[in-house]
Amino acid sequence: MKQIHDSIIVQTMSRLLIPLAQLFALYVLFFGQYGPGGGFVAGVIWTTSMILAFLVFGLKSPQGRLVEKVLHGDGIGLIIFVGVGGLCLIGGGEFLNYANLEIPGLDAPARRYTGILLAQIGVAVDVAVTGISIVLSLAYHDTEQEYDV
Amino acid sequence: MMYSVNIALLLLLVLTAASATFLVKELMSSVFILGSYSFFLSLVWAWLGAVDVAFVEAVIGAGLATVLFLITLFDTAPKDSRLRRPPPPLAGVLGLPLLGILLLLAANDLPQFGDPTSPPNVHISPMYLQNSFADTLTPNVVTSVLMDYRAFDTLIETVVIFTAGIACALLLREPGS
Repeated sequence: MKQIHDSIIVQTMSRLLIPLAQLFALYVLFFGQYGPGGGFVAGVIWTTSMILAFLVFGLKSPQGRLVEKVLHGDGIGLIIFVGVGGLCLIGGGEFLNYANLEIPGLDAPARRYTGILLAQIGVAVDVAVTGISIVLSLAYHDTEQEYDV
Repeated sequence: MMYSVNIALLLLLVLTAASATFLVKELMSSVFILGSYSFFLSLVWAWLGAVDVAFVEAVIGAGLATVLFLITLFDTAPKDSRLRRPPPPLAGVLGLPLLGILLLLAANDLPQFGDPTSPPNVHISPMYLQNSFADTLTPNVVTSVLMDYRAFDTLIETVVIFTAGIACALLLREPGS
């Protein structure tokens, strides 16, 4: 499991499926406000695509390098979420009251849309990084140290 | 017709769960059966109208949890070592069906599914359904409840996930390097 997969079928299918899964995650993230979905689901779909990438191609491949880089983003999602709340505070309202998100040139619905979207992006980033981090800890805790976090 | 399909779905759910725990001895097969169980459960959620929950169940239960189980299995024995299980005690064999009958009797008093006068449907749901667009200007009620009315709840859930990731890294990763 912890070596690179050498089957050409698996590799080709993964090359096809990983971008599709990531595109679908973005769709769920950006259209989750007006339909089913949202930041949580989008983050998990993104995580599964990343896990597929490093299980099939290994951590040394370009895809695996990307996974390692993603690990450095632990906590950025929370900062985005809390930052949106802080911006609402600066705008003169309560914490996370998107009506007071003071962004010039936006009317009230667009302001709320932007606030919720930013918060969802924060949730998605947090969930994605956490999922990848847990899987990496489980998968590579007994081999030689391949990660540097 | 509608009800027969639903009952078949629920029976399938129970059967997959039972086979994952009792019939299959190999842990690897057990994990995959649990994944299919999550898929059936997400169908049940979709039937109940909870599309968001069905989405999460399919992605987390069938996708991420299966991967986590599999990766854990690679570090443990692939077979259940307790192949000769002792027979279940008599009290359990007699008592559990009785308990089930008791629960079925109690379920008669639950409100009918979709009943507009049941307590959950008259307590706070009408307030959300009637006022959410005027309050939050978001057409999707689920989003407005999750991210606007209860944004603090979502924020703390995100903190919980973050803490779980940190704790896993602290416990599982070896120090050094």
